[in-house]
Amino acid sequence: MNRVINTPGAWQHLGLALAVALALVLGLGGAAAQPSSEVIAALVAAVVFAYGYRQRPPKLWRVLLLLAFWNALVFAAYALAMQQTGAEGAAFWSAVAAIWLGGWAFVSFVAEVRPRAGSLWARLHPLVAPLVFGVTLLWVWETAVKALEVPKVILPAPSEIGMRFAASLDVLWIDLVQTFVRGTLSGFAIGCGAAVVFALVVDRYAFLRRGLLPVGNFLAALPIIGTAPIFVMWFGFDWPSKAAVVVAMVFFPMLVNTVQGLASTEAMQRDLMRTYSAGWWQTLVTLRLPAAMPFIFNGLKICATLALIGAIVAEFFGSPTRGMGFRISTEVGRLQLDMVWAEITVAALLGSAFYGFWALLEKRVTFWHPSQRSR
Amino acid sequence: MKNALPILTIVVAILALWYVAVIPMNAPWERNQAAMRGDQIAFSQIVTNTMNQDRPVLPAPHQVVREMWNSTVVEEFTGRRGWWRSGSLSNRSLIYHGWVTLSATMLGFLIGTGAGILLAIGIVYNRAMDASVMPWAIVSQTIPIIALAPMIIVVLNSIGISGIVPKAIIAAYLSFFPVVVGMVKGLRAPDAMQLDLMKTYSASGANVFSKLRLPTSMPFLFASLKVGIAASLVGTIVGELPVQQGGLGVRLLSGSYYGQTVQIWAALFAAAILAAGLVGIVGMIERRTLRRMGIAA
Repeated sequence: MNRVINTPGAWQHLGLALAVALALVLGLGGAAAQPSSEVIAALVAAVVFAYGYRQRPPKLWRVLLLLAFWNALVFAAYALAMQQTGAEGAAFWSAVAAIWLGGWAFVSFVAEVRPRAGSLWARLHPLVAPLVFGVTLLWVWETAVKALEVPKVILPAPSEIGMRFAASLDVLWIDLVQTFVRGTLSGFAIGCGAAVVFALVVDRYAFLRRGLLPVGNFLAALPIIGTAPIFVMWFGFDWPSKAAVVVAMVFFPMLVNTVQGLASTEAMQRDLMRTYSAGWWQTLVTLRLPAAMPFIFNGLKICATLALIGAIVAEFFGSPTRGMGFRISTEVGRLQLDMVWAEITVAALLGSAFYGFWALLEKRVTFWHPSQRSR
Repeated sequence: MKNALPILTIVVAILALWYVAVIPMNAPWERNQAAMRGDQIAFSQIVTNTMNQDRPVLPAPHQVVREMWNSTVVEEFTGRRGWWRSGSLSNRSLIYHGWVTLSATMLGFLIGTGAGILLAIGIVYNRAMDASVMPWAIVSQTIPIIALAPMIIVVLNSIGISGIVPKAIIAAYLSFFPVVVGMVKGLRAPDAMQLDLMKTYSASGANVFSKLRLPTSMPFLFASLKVGIAASLVGTIVGELPVQQGGLGVRLLSGSYYGQTVQIWAALFAAAILAAGLVGIVGMIERRTLRRMGIAA
C-alpha cells in the first residue's frame, strides 16, 4: 500500500479522480452553468489514462497514454473556458481543481522520466514541467477572472493583456527604446566600464583595495534607488538622469566583483608569470583578467537585473511622456491595468533576455570554470 | 581591525571629494545671484556661500547632518507637533517616517521569509514542484518585479486595503525569491554521505529534516536573509511612492516635488542607516547562531 501512495503523482491522481467525481455529482444535481458533458467525459478519460499510465505498461503505451492524458486535460480546460457564463457553481470549481491536479500529476509523471543523455528529448525534458506549470497558472488566472467577474481595474485576464499587448506594440516599442536602449544600456555600459577601470586602479594598491572592498560592499547593500530624485533634479527629465541612476546602481556591485576577481589568482600562478619575467600588462591580459572573468560575469549578471529596475524606478520621479516607468505610473492612475500588465510583460521579457545574454556569453567565455561543467 | 586605517582613509577621501564637488555644483547659482545684483563675487565668498545654500544643487555633508539632527532630535523635542510636546511622533520628523518604513519592511520581510522557507521545503521534498516552480523562481529574479509596485498599491487601495499591508506585500514579494533560492540550495547542501549516515540510523523524514537538512541550510539562509532584508526595504520605499501616507519614500518624493534637496539627502541617509542597521542586525544574529552551532570560523 505504502509503495502505491509513494509513486510520483499518486495523490495528485487520487485528487483528480475525487474532484472529477465531485464535479459529476454536483453537476447532476445542479441547475444552470455546470460543466458540460464533454468536459466531464474528457476528465473521466484523463483519470483513466493516468490510471493506465501508472500501471507501467510497455514504453510505447506509456508515451501514448501520457500524451492522451495531456490531450484530455487540454480539451477539458479548453471546453471549460469556452462555455463560461458567469454563474459558475461548485461543480465548475471542482472541474477547475481537477484540471489543476491533473496538470500537477502530469508534471510528476514527466519529472520521473529519465531521458537518455544526449538525445533531443533530454534537452527538452527540463522545459516541459515549467511550461506546463506556467500554462496551467495562466489558464487558472483566465478562468478565475472570468468566472468571478473580477473587474478589469483590479485584475485583467491574460487574454485581455495579450490583446492590449498586440494592439499597442508601437507604444510599447517607444517605451522600450526610451527606457532600455537609451537609459539602461548607456548607464549599464558607463557604470560597468567605469567600475572595471576603477577596479584595475584599486587593484594596483593593496591599501586602496583593503579600504574600498568593505566600503563598496556596504554601499552596494544600500538603497541606491533613493538617489533617483536627486539625479532627476540634476540631469533633467530625459534619459541622462535614468542612465545616471543606473550608473550609481551598478557601479559598486561591479567594482566589488571585479576587485575580488582580480585578486583570485594564486601565488603559484603569479610566481610562474614572474619567472617568465612578464610585465604588469602581460600578467593582466594573459592571467589575471581571464581568471577574473567568472567574477566579472557574476557582477554583470547582478547588474543586468539592477539596471532595468533603476531605470524604471527613476522614471517614477519624473520623465518625458514616454518610457516604461512613466507608462506604468500614468496608466495605473488612469486604471488601465491591461496596459500596465502589458508593460510589465515587456519588462519581464526584457529583463530575462538581458540576463540570459550575459549568462550565455559567460558560458562561452568561462567554459573552463568548474561551475560551467556539465552536471 | 587591520583594515580600519584603509577604510577610514577611503571614507575621508569620499567626504573630501564631496566637499570639493559642492563648490562647482552650487557656484553657478551664486554667480547668477551676484550678476542679478550687478556686482562681482570673490572666489572665497563663493566657497563659503556654496556650503550653506538653502536649496543647493548638492548640499554639503554638514548640511545633511544638520538637517538630520533638526528633523529628528530637534523636531521631536522642541517642535510643536513633536513627541515631547504632543506625546506622539511628529509627522515632520524622520523618526516618524523611518518608523513607518521600518514597520512595513519588517512585516513584509517576515511574510516573505516565512513563505519563502515553506516553498523551499516544498520544492526540496516534491519533485514535481522542483521541476515546475523552481525555474520560475530563478527566472523571476531576473525580472524587474518592482515595476509591479505602483499597481499593487493602487489596486489594493481600490479594494479597501490600505496602510501598512500593501507596502508589506511588495516588501514580502521582493524578499521572497532570494530566500527560496537560498533555502533550496541550503536544504540540498548535505552530501550523499551524510544522508546515508542518517539512513543507517534509520532516521525518519522529520528527523533528517530537523537534524541534518535544516542545520546545514543555516549559512545559506542567513546569506539570503541579508539580501532579502535590503530588498524588502527598497520595496517598501518604492511602495510608498504612489500613496502619500508617510515613510521615507514619501520624504524622497515630496522633496523632489518641492526642490528640497537637503530633505532628499537626509531621507536618503536615513534609509541608508536603516538598511545598514538591518543588514548589520541580521549579520549579528548570523554570527551568534553560527558560532553556537559550531559552524562559524
